Amino acid sequence: MSGVSGRRRVADRVASVWMLGSVLCALVPLAFILGYVAYKGAGLISWTFLSQSEPFSFTERGGGFWNGIKGTLKLITVATLVSAPVGILAAVYLSEYGRGRFATAVRFVTDVMTGVPSIFVGVFIYSLIVLETGHFSAWSGALALAVLMLPIVTRGAEEVLKLVPRELREASLALGVPHWRTVFRIVLPTAASGLVTALMLAVARAAGETAPLLFTSFGNRFVTGWTDFNQPDSALPLLIFRDARSAYSTAQERAWAGALVLIALVLVLTIAARFIATRRSVRTV
Amino acid sequence: MLRADRTRLARSADRCFQVLVTTFAALVLVVLGLMLARTTYTAWPVFHRFGLDFVKGRDWAPSRDVFGALPFIFGTVVTSLIAIVLAVPVSVGIALYLTEVAPARTRRPLVYLVELLAAIPSVVFGLWGLIVLLPRLQDHVWTPLSAKLGFIPLFAGPSYGQSFATAGVILAIMIVPIVTAISREVIALVPHEHKEAALALGATRWEVLRLAVLPYARAGIIGSVMLGFGRAVGETIAVALVIGGSPQITASILQPGYTIASVIANQFNEATGIHIQALVGLGVVLFAITILINVAGRLFVWRAARGLAS
Amino acid sequence: MAVDVRLDELSAWFGNHQAFADITFTVPERHVTAIIGPSGCGKSTLLRCINRMHEVVPRARHGGSVYLGREEIYGAHVDPVSVRRRVGMVFQRPNPFPTMSIYDNVAAGIKLNGVRHRKGELDGLVESSLQSAGLWNEVRNRLKKAAGDLSGGQQQRLCIAGAIAVEPQVLLMDAPASALDPQSTLRIEDLMAELKQQYTIVIVTHNMQQAARVADWTAFMTVLEEGEPGRLVEFDRTETIFTNPGNERTQAYVTGRFG
Repeated sequence: MSGVSGRRRVADRVASVWMLGSVLCALVPLAFILGYVAYKGAGLISWTFLSQSEPFSFTERGGGFWNGIKGTLKLITVATLVSAPVGILAAVYLSEYGRGRFATAVRFVTDVMTGVPSIFVGVFIYSLIVLETGHFSAWSGALALAVLMLPIVTRGAEEVLKLVPRELREASLALGVPHWRTVFRIVLPTAASGLVTALMLAVARAAGETAPLLFTSFGNRFVTGWTDFNQPDSALPLLIFRDARSAYSTAQERAWAGALVLIALVLVLTIAARFIATRRSVRTV
Repeated sequence: MLRADRTRLARSADRCFQVLVTTFAALVLVVLGLMLARTTYTAWPVFHRFGLDFVKGRDWAPSRDVFGALPFIFGTVVTSLIAIVLAVPVSVGIALYLTEVAPARTRRPLVYLVELLAAIPSVVFGLWGLIVLLPRLQDHVWTPLSAKLGFIPLFAGPSYGQSFATAGVILAIMIVPIVTAISREVIALVPHEHKEAALALGATRWEVLRLAVLPYARAGIIGSVMLGFGRAVGETIAVALVIGGSPQITASILQPGYTIASVIANQFNEATGIHIQALVGLGVVLFAITILINVAGRLFVWRAARGLAS
Repeated sequence: MAVDVRLDELSAWFGNHQAFADITFTVPERHVTAIIGPSGCGKSTLLRCINRMHEVVPRARHGGSVYLGREEIYGAHVDPVSVRRRVGMVFQRPNPFPTMSIYDNVAAGIKLNGVRHRKGELDGLVESSLQSAGLWNEVRNRLKKAAGDLSGGQQQRLCIAGAIAVEPQVLLMDAPASALDPQSTLRIEDLMAELKQQYTIVIVTHNMQQAARVADWTAFMTVLEEGEPGRLVEFDRTETIFTNPGNERTQAYVTGRFG
């Protein structure tokens, strides 16, 4: 770069430092957080932690978050069962029939809904269900998570369905297969791994959410039955949130361990989803 | 022969299918409408009673049945602004690096890692922020800032660990992924020709970015900033843990404060009657603010993308 | 089983743009009829009107009628799906279902329509379809392998087998060999000569020599003036079209003076 003035070279250098530094500014906190959670949480992780509920007294050491872990599993299962069919079928509408103003409106609203604060979703379900039924319940918590997941699933599913080549649909239609059968037997199966990816990412997001559960599922000291959704229920993020601000170090320890479990769950889902996605794109014709 | 081929049931199946999926698509609209309607309905008594004073009132005292949301709106805006000021230079820097500078092999893993930051649950950010980051910020940044620059109103008063500033820093880390992602998309759309023209004139790499990329990506980056702001505005849990829970309006960012989302989270479970309605009302206000910002941000990004594609 | 196909004042539009206008001729049963003409004159669109695939495109519409034998396929209560079961189609680029096996590809039209066969019957149907498509010997030992592994020419013959398996009356082929190498092309052409004994075949081709080789009858379409929809210029026995056409435009086209 001879012939370039000193000032210009300095500016270029500074810019490079800025850009690289920015990347570090993102990577350092990432490593810091993950590292700390692993460091502080690992000590308490054991089968006990995963299978036992909290000790009756907060000052007691040990115990576990099983009530929260089980609650989270229950909540995300029902939330997925509700949001997946609705989201995927809505995406089918958008990809198969989606022209015109109604479809544009649906797409726009879906996009807008991804930005709705999760606490507001909790407030909404509270108004709609908790106020009417008079009590907190796992149902309402699961529904809140479903509302949260719906736009994520719809958007992800539409993108995957759009990738299914038009020729595939035409080949099926030309054989005299009705449209609805073409969708269910050809289009959806072809898009299957992409749909699973979209679902996994939505689940990862929902599993980590605290705010929508604060006044829907509310939390529960005790472990509830797998099919009992009428009671308030605990969830892993709720326990972490509560214990994070506890004055007792015993509770805080559990919070770190809980955070480790939660991060592990979320990361496994996220990374697995990405892995499936890259494998899929290699396989497509 | 043609007519008898498929039974009437089979023939109407396609129509039923279309109706079914259209209904589910409409459900998305219904949910949004319900969200707005039901919450407004619940909060109506408070809106009706306080009117515009609900958002203009500076006093929030549930025990006296006084509900003014201004401190929370103030806190929400301040923390989100701090987040933007800190996050945007970093995000744009990352976006430029990833699209224009990074060697191809490192690009994918780096994009991946930045997106991983977005996957971390908010409660984990809050836990780490409260126990790990806050003491360090307090000792190494806020206290010296308050000591040396305390004459500036922005840094006036003793520094509390839990403050607008700490919340702003946590929010900044949390919104970097979204601002980066959208900025990247927009920067990648800038046509080759502009960059090549600049290079042909002997520009340095930074000059190419400054003259041939950023000006064209500017509208889209503004959109990404708005969307990042929208995300910060809605963040609840991490903020609730580090902001200090004090509904006050003050110039100093080192003071504790409160945001709309975090006050709802903190006060809901002990609230009754009109207090709850007021909190729901706050939720509606938050919803309105977020929707406006997100819609505006998306429009910006959409128009910018269209402009670059033509 | 095969029938003739009569087009009566057939026109087609995409939104406001008219692809072709007022086409009338009759495709005789169990012969090969070729539609030739310069690109953009609406040949493929015409073909897609015969199996009601044209209407799958949004804002597409048509005018006039198409008769399969004596039945109007655009009749008031006629279900397009049943039309497509009687009129099969082979596309320009081979499009087997990539995730399905060779066997399943051939059986797709049958299975997806929910028609139940006993296992042995289905095996027999698949084999005879692959035989008719001239592919049986090459794949008999790997019926369960993925269809995506076949070569282009094999994939196209697989698509033909799949189209035949549902026992249509008419077979439409949209430039079926244009994406294939010369050798595969000749094989497909030989196939057509055999298939016409059972099916009425209509092919669109960009290759005049191909039309001269395989078709018994030929329809020549063109755009008379720029911006106009495509029209039928002449329809006659192939020999006549190529050696002694009645219309000068036909003459100009087949001797290569334009298009």
